[in-house]
Amino acid sequence: MSLLRVSGLGKSFGGVKAVDGIDFELNAGELLALIGPNGAGKSTTFNMVNGQLRADVGSIRFNGTELVGLKPREIWRLGVGRTFQIAQTFSSLTVVENVQMALISADRKLFSMWRPAASHKRAEALELLAQVGMAGQADRPCSVLAYGDVKRVELAIALANDPKLLLMDEPTAGMAPKERNELMALTKELVVQRNMAVLFTEHSMDVVFAYADRMIVLARGRLIAEGKPNEIRDHPKVQEVYFGSGKTFEKDKMALKVAT
Amino acid sequence: MSFSSFIVQVLNGLAGASSLFLVAAGLSLIFGVTRIVNFAHGSLYMLGIYVAYSLTESVGGGLGFWPAVLLSAIAVGVLGAVVEVLLLRRIYHAPELFQLLATFALVLVIKDAALWIWGPEELLGPRAPGLAGSVSILGRQFPSYDLFLIVVGPVVLGSLWLLLTRTRWGTLVRAATQDREMVGALGVNQAWLFTAVFALGALLAGLGGALQLPREPANLELDLHTIGAAFVVVVVGGMGSIPGAYVAALLIAELKALCIWLGVVEVFGFTISFSKLTLVVEFLVMAVVLVVRPWGLMGRPQAPSRHAGTVEAPLRPVDNLFKAGAALLLLVLTVLPALTTQTPYVTVLMIDLLIAALFATSLHFIMGPAGMHSFGHAAYFGLGAYAAALLVRSLQLPMELTLVVAPLVAAAGALVVGWFSVRLSGVYLAMLTLAFAQIAWAIVYQWDTVTGGSNGLTGVWPSAWLADKAAYYYLTLVLVILSMLWLKRCLYAPFGYAMRAGRDSPLRADAVGIDVKRMQWVAFVIAGLFAGVAGALFAFSKGSISPESLHVGKSVDGLVMVLLGGLQTLTGGAVGAVTFTWLHDTVARNTEYWKAMLGAIILILVLLFPQGIAGFVRQIIYGKRDEIGGRA
Repeated sequence: MSLLRVSGLGKSFGGVKAVDGIDFELNAGELLALIGPNGAGKSTTFNMVNGQLRADVGSIRFNGTELVGLKPREIWRLGVGRTFQIAQTFSSLTVVENVQMALISADRKLFSMWRPAASHKRAEALELLAQVGMAGQADRPCSVLAYGDVKRVELAIALANDPKLLLMDEPTAGMAPKERNELMALTKELVVQRNMAVLFTEHSMDVVFAYADRMIVLARGRLIAEGKPNEIRDHPKVQEVYFGSGKTFEKDKMALKVAT
Repeated sequence: MSFSSFIVQVLNGLAGASSLFLVAAGLSLIFGVTRIVNFAHGSLYMLGIYVAYSLTESVGGGLGFWPAVLLSAIAVGVLGAVVEVLLLRRIYHAPELFQLLATFALVLVIKDAALWIWGPEELLGPRAPGLAGSVSILGRQFPSYDLFLIVVGPVVLGSLWLLLTRTRWGTLVRAATQDREMVGALGVNQAWLFTAVFALGALLAGLGGALQLPREPANLELDLHTIGAAFVVVVVGGMGSIPGAYVAALLIAELKALCIWLGVVEVFGFTISFSKLTLVVEFLVMAVVLVVRPWGLMGRPQAPSRHAGTVEAPLRPVDNLFKAGAALLLLVLTVLPALTTQTPYVTVLMIDLLIAALFATSLHFIMGPAGMHSFGHAAYFGLGAYAAALLVRSLQLPMELTLVVAPLVAAAGALVVGWFSVRLSGVYLAMLTLAFAQIAWAIVYQWDTVTGGSNGLTGVWPSAWLADKAAYYYLTLVLVILSMLWLKRCLYAPFGYAMRAGRDSPLRADAVGIDVKRMQWVAFVIAGLFAGVAGALFAFSKGSISPESLHVGKSVDGLVMVLLGGLQTLTGGAVGAVTFTWLHDTVARNTEYWKAMLGAIILILVLLFPQGIAGFVRQIIYGKRDEIGGRA
């Protein structure tokens, strides 16, 4: 049985059907990319899965639990971590405290008013930071980090409650090419280690084609194609609505070869 | 309750709405563009009346009334421009709400300047030439000047609308209201835009004041009175919306008129005095509107500001230097009564300082870490104080038990208000807390049989073993220090971290399972509880309690203390409270014009230490370490 099963999902804003009845599934250990041109409904779909938007119709079942109608924090408690398009961290906490905050919440200790928070599972938080290569900066304020590092910290926060599914909204937006590949390689490694599923939206095609196991393509709120990267690349409908002449790929063949 | 009296009240309401609108429109305009909550706006209104009075009466036999009104408005507008250039322009980049402190200092300075120039007596201006008489409406006399005022409101609204929609300058103002950084990025000189907007807002306030001259005497209470009403109008209408301000002014003025018309009515055997409601009607309206439409009738959600000041540094474990300092301070506080037996006043003052420190620390607890700017924190101080007084006097509860129960009463009040307040944020949250505090004040002020009304309650003395001031000082010292230590502990605990997390990034907090609203609600109740402790201690230290203790002035004092001490520093509340209370006491004993002195001192502190006093000291001592960012 698949980990995430989305069926008949739809959402309208005013008269516009932003997402118009889409279906897809996601299995454990799989990196699924959600792509499409601007206005295709990627963010709307994504935000319905993470609970920020409520779906009008359809269902999102995670491990058998219906997610539609749940709040983001409730979805998180079921084991769904997420990262944001513009990284969201707690700027007045240190790097390690950011991770500890998520651990505290996972342990339901938020209303504890006596024991110092800084000593709560510090070792465990450092271990998570080590996994994303940020242990060396654990005690720096999060506000002084370089943006690429903030993204890594965010990943560590998202991993804190040992999620079965990780939602990443444009994980490499605003990063330099080298950083992008490092972050995605790291994600891929974590997916393999933890047998975790990842659903991510992405605009940068080199990242998508290099790292996604499978991809779904949206256009005008509808799902127009689904399959492995090379299937998608040759899909006539995709080329028509999304890729235009198809020349976009010429320069990415190298990256593809490296990954496969 | 005849029909003709109803019509007259409706017209009265319309005239009242016009004056309210003139002040509120300027306030709304200034907030929309500069994001400054201009506390001094009521003072500018007051100056409008005074200047118009001088121009008509004293200057060489007097100018005509109409030129005097216009000149007065212009004079206040120019003053507004000067204030903006000399003062506000220097602190636009200071942390949020910091400008509020500066404008509050201006309130104090302007009030004393008016006292110095015009004296404490009320000054009644002349009737307006040509409009001195009255017209007959359904057999009742109605002043023709009020009919003129009814017209003024819509005329000003129309002119402002034309100015904002038909001129290039107006387009810039509207653009800046939506996104001022972007307007700056497009090459518009923000500094002059801000100055012009501030001058226009001040001019409108001055005009509103000057036009009021034939209706009410100029007096020194007008500033805070007016600013309260104007805030309500702006918030109800939606911050930054000029038409919203008119609609809100109309709604509130008419509801007030309706209450006066209804007078005392019997409903199902209950006697309801609607005329007494006039004191709170605007705050009731505001509370209802904010709960139903959190951004006001015609407002929009605030765009987040892109320079919200410096990011707060992470909490560091308390180091030995700080511990040594605290131990030394504690030692001094412990031996103080023994050293000052010759001057017993020192002990009395120290009790006041300690209580103020706890009050401000409790406010800092939600303002700093949780980012909730409460403008009505005195409500819980007052609730604690009144609960203590009533429990001892009416229920004859022992004083010691009262000290436990009274804070719980304050916490219960905070539980109710907090439930509404955490739904909002920013200025709207501030205004809703203010509304509830004002409603609490009005109830206490009018409920003569229980609270003693404006006289308050007397004979609230502590138990015999605490009758000696030194003994009471030690009780206060122990309770205040234990409370402050626990609050500090709480901030270092997961709860405190979660509050900061919710403030730093509500999105991320929600995405790691933190229910931010619930955290804020609990924090609000805790802050109310400790304000209640301070209030109960206060009641027993004075032996009496009056409505002053939960007045908006007391809430503002709390704000000033926190901002003065430093919002981003844990000790900020206590340091600010001690500084403020001590300054207040010292200055008030040495000069008649203590308000102006206090205002000037606050202004200097604001300009020199934009991080607050405790923040400044911390930067001096720990600056290097924070910059490097390692754990020292």
